[in-house]
Amino acid sequence: MTPDEIRASRAARERLAWLVLLALAVLVLPWHRAMPTDATPLIPSALGLAAEGRGWLWPVVLSLPLLVWAGMRDAAGRLFLGLALAGFVVLVVQGFAVGLRGPAFDGLAAVFPVAAQGQTGFGWGGFVAGLAFLGLIAHTLALRGFCRGDRFSASAVVFIVALLGLFVFFPILKLATAAFVGPDGELALGPFRDRLFAPDIWRLDCLTGGRRCGVVINSLMLGLLAATISTALGLALALIVARTSFRFKQTLRALSILPIITPPFVVGVAIIVLFGRTGLLTQFGAEVFDVRPTRWVYGLTGILMAQVLAFTPITFLVLLGTVEAINPTLEEASQTLGAGPVKTFFKITWPLLRPGIAAAFLLAFIESLADFGNPIVLGGGFEVLSTRIFFAVAGARYDLGHAATLAMLLLSLTLIAFWLQSRWLGRKSYVTVTGKSDAGLASTLPFGLKGVAWAVVIPFVLFTMGVYIVVLVGGFVHDIGRWDLTPTFAHLRTAFAFEIGASGLEFYGSAWNSMKTTLLVSAIAAPLTTAVGIMTAWLVARQDFAGKNAFEFGTMLSFAIPGTVVGVSYVAAFNVPPVDITGTAAILVICFVFRNMPVGMRAGLAAFAQIDRSMEEASQTMGAGGAATLRRVVLPLVKPAVFTALVYSFVTAMTAVSAVIFLVSARHNMATAYIMGRVEAGEYALAITYSTVLMIVMIICIVLIQLLVGARKLGRRREFQGQTTPAE
Amino acid sequence: MRKTTILSATLAGFIAAPIAASADELVLYCSVQEEWCRLMAESFQRETGINVLMTRRSSGETYAQLKAEEGQPRGDVWWGGTGDPHLQAAEEGLTAVYESPMLAELQDWAVSQANASGMRTVGIYAGALGYGFNTELVDDPAPACWADLLDDRFRDDIQVANPNSSGTAYTLLATLVQIMGEDEAFEFLGELDENISQYTQSGAAPIRNAATGETAIGIVFMHDAVAQAVQGAPIAAVAPCEGTGYEIGSMSLVEGGPNPDNARAFYDWALSPEAQALGAEANSFQVPSNRNAPVPPESPALDQITLIDYDFETYGSSDTRQRLLARWDDEIGARR
Repeated sequence: MTPDEIRASRAARERLAWLVLLALAVLVLPWHRAMPTDATPLIPSALGLAAEGRGWLWPVVLSLPLLVWAGMRDAAGRLFLGLALAGFVVLVVQGFAVGLRGPAFDGLAAVFPVAAQGQTGFGWGGFVAGLAFLGLIAHTLALRGFCRGDRFSASAVVFIVALLGLFVFFPILKLATAAFVGPDGELALGPFRDRLFAPDIWRLDCLTGGRRCGVVINSLMLGLLAATISTALGLALALIVARTSFRFKQTLRALSILPIITPPFVVGVAIIVLFGRTGLLTQFGAEVFDVRPTRWVYGLTGILMAQVLAFTPITFLVLLGTVEAINPTLEEASQTLGAGPVKTFFKITWPLLRPGIAAAFLLAFIESLADFGNPIVLGGGFEVLSTRIFFAVAGARYDLGHAATLAMLLLSLTLIAFWLQSRWLGRKSYVTVTGKSDAGLASTLPFGLKGVAWAVVIPFVLFTMGVYIVVLVGGFVHDIGRWDLTPTFAHLRTAFAFEIGASGLEFYGSAWNSMKTTLLVSAIAAPLTTAVGIMTAWLVARQDFAGKNAFEFGTMLSFAIPGTVVGVSYVAAFNVPPVDITGTAAILVICFVFRNMPVGMRAGLAAFAQIDRSMEEASQTMGAGGAATLRRVVLPLVKPAVFTALVYSFVTAMTAVSAVIFLVSARHNMATAYIMGRVEAGEYALAITYSTVLMIVMIICIVLIQLLVGARKLGRRREFQGQTTPAE
Repeated sequence: MRKTTILSATLAGFIAAPIAASADELVLYCSVQEEWCRLMAESFQRETGINVLMTRRSSGETYAQLKAEEGQPRGDVWWGGTGDPHLQAAEEGLTAVYESPMLAELQDWAVSQANASGMRTVGIYAGALGYGFNTELVDDPAPACWADLLDDRFRDDIQVANPNSSGTAYTLLATLVQIMGEDEAFEFLGELDENISQYTQSGAAPIRNAATGETAIGIVFMHDAVAQAVQGAPIAAVAPCEGTGYEIGSMSLVEGGPNPDNARAFYDWALSPEAQALGAEANSFQVPSNRNAPVPPESPALDQITLIDYDFETYGSSDTRQRLLARWDDEIGARR
């Protein structure tokens, strides 16, 4: 056979496989997740249901013979593509047209009286049919020249676009709609306007002596303060590490990883233990100055402390990169020309630092807006957008419209910050790293500035150490909240007790359920996230296809959406058919995959930028397809990116709370949601114990991932590898 | 081979979606203290081998969850929490009718709770509302009445839950309305608001905070205050002199839950004297509803407290509840 014939027969086999899958989906597999109460078809597939009067399923069923017929005529023809597309559209439309409680519009009820009974969400049949339609669409597109005819790339693009559409854009769209839905379910501008301009969102009373400000004002105030302080601290730390003869640089770098693997809430709890009204330091201060101890830490102050502690390491890492990248020759030139160290710092170093500072500031600002764990523990009566959104959905007065409006506000603020960041950084050239050799010795800090930096950093380091000492000790003493420091393992037993009884290993500890789910979900989500992320990066970096820019923008958008907004949008979108998956473990996995995928993609893009195309071209010239090239050539070369993506997605899945708090259920509870419950109930010791265990598990897993992925073998003796450190 | 990666990746995402509940499970929504919830779940699991999946949420939140899951319920039993949201859920048909054979063994107030709901809920324990104060933070004279809470010396030093999320706080609202009359009660709550540092989400959180000294006074059910004192916290429980309301902690079966047989097994078991004796073990000192269950000696004796004739039917109804909560939001919550 000629190569062309081989290719053609492979294509035919692939098409057959998709058609068989489609047949399986509409003829055999149960179409719905749960059957409608009074329908008992012989076969619960689309065919069986359609035959029993649910006639709106006929178009989906009939698409199968039509596709077979068209495929025999011309597999790459417009007719086949059109039919596959139509099948997919019909599938989606019927899902929305008949909801849980009946048809969406009256005309349908007239044609199919059974529609009044409603239908539940897709089961295996529905999902597999969607998969098969998409596979056929990608297949035909590739035959018609999409992605230069590479069927693997074409399928990858189609599937990723479909998944992004379903799990990123559809929920946001649904959420935006929910903001306009009035109390009686009608769609109107009025309710949205009322919600948007409610005084409790925009009120400025606290600035003019009143008691409380609106939530947006609170969020903005908190964000600006947290960003300013943590950027200043991060800069001081970066200058000390890069520009002084400070000895413990490695320790400081290692410590900066801590907040990333610290579960939420535990820092807030430690701050209460130290600075609450009966906290050690508050009591001490009250005794020294003879004042009545107060609840000063609850509210803006406390949240600010916790956020600065969490974000300073991030700004530090960003700014350290900037400081180290400044070419010392510029500073040397300035000093040679007669400027003193102070003048050099402010005229040369400072302007070069500005883009790094802007980036760090905006990053901290965005993180602060998205933060949920600290405001909920330390907020007292101080509400921010993320907590208000949570209570609007999880509180006793379920009000999705209110939550949706606030979520859209939060999303807009975040997008504005991202837009500012890209604009600010895009304008000027700050290039100082060039190929020319330089003296390599950075100038030291002016004396006064060094003093300021130390004065800021020492209290911060002491504060961090205090907080982590409380975390380390708190889980293993009787009651850290009341400073009863009798050592005990009682909390560990409450959380993780197990017995080996008659029926084998029995887990009685209250934390086991959530621990198992968390590990399972993270272990499934991490490789999937990495796969999707690296695959996307590969498509963007190496493939040419129509709509690539929009594709790249879409993937990044999912990164910009704050967790709380993702959570609410998933509730709005996936609590009802056709895709009704709340309360399952799948929704947790999906949430993590699409939230963290952009990080894998960024890491992948950075790695691909370093690798010359020639190796892949060589592989393809030798006859390997896209899939084989990706597996055999590309993946081994981008191992560092794979490692970064795996670790980041794993750690985030273990510690994320803002999105999952909306998605957990009794069956699938997550560690962070469980910890939040314990904190709310005042069981600080249990919360701290669990957090400590989680941190240890995470460190073990990171080491395991390192061993599993291994280093890439470049056939050189030494390699210099810049490792990007992910930030939450 | 080519498509297997994508295929398996996509399929794995859906793998858990259509799996129905397996036979040996029970999804328990629990609205008492975590410690007690855990003990109940564990004991039932030991006795029957049925795996209990338990979530603890305040009664208001659980009610909201049942409402959100209406149409495809995911819980089986809702155990514990004040009776009002249980009654409201019963009224809206969120919970199922069930007449337990154990009903004959119960106290009258527990049975009347069942009758009021058309057998959709049942009383499992009772406890009087009151407050607890931290004896190290509150000087003499010790507060003894509701009116004492308005004292200036407690400025920003009292906590109570938000009635929107907590049955405890709603009981306070309904109690004050019944003692004082509606307008006067809101006037009182408005003045009290000056002294409130925070409206918490969970009903018992205020007394936990009083025990650690984060606040001086927590308005809670008296048995919650007693529980803190028993554990060694400097807490004194107060039965307010003007009289006070009480709760009938209730249990309901979720209508259309995934494991109805296991749910009924739990329901009957939870009404047995043995199961009801577990409360004291978990530091919960409510008065149990089974006449044969031992009353913990620490329990605040209901016959020595001035109890009002709490009108459960009126204040547990949807209309009254929603009206009072909306008014609370407008007049009290909006100040925050």
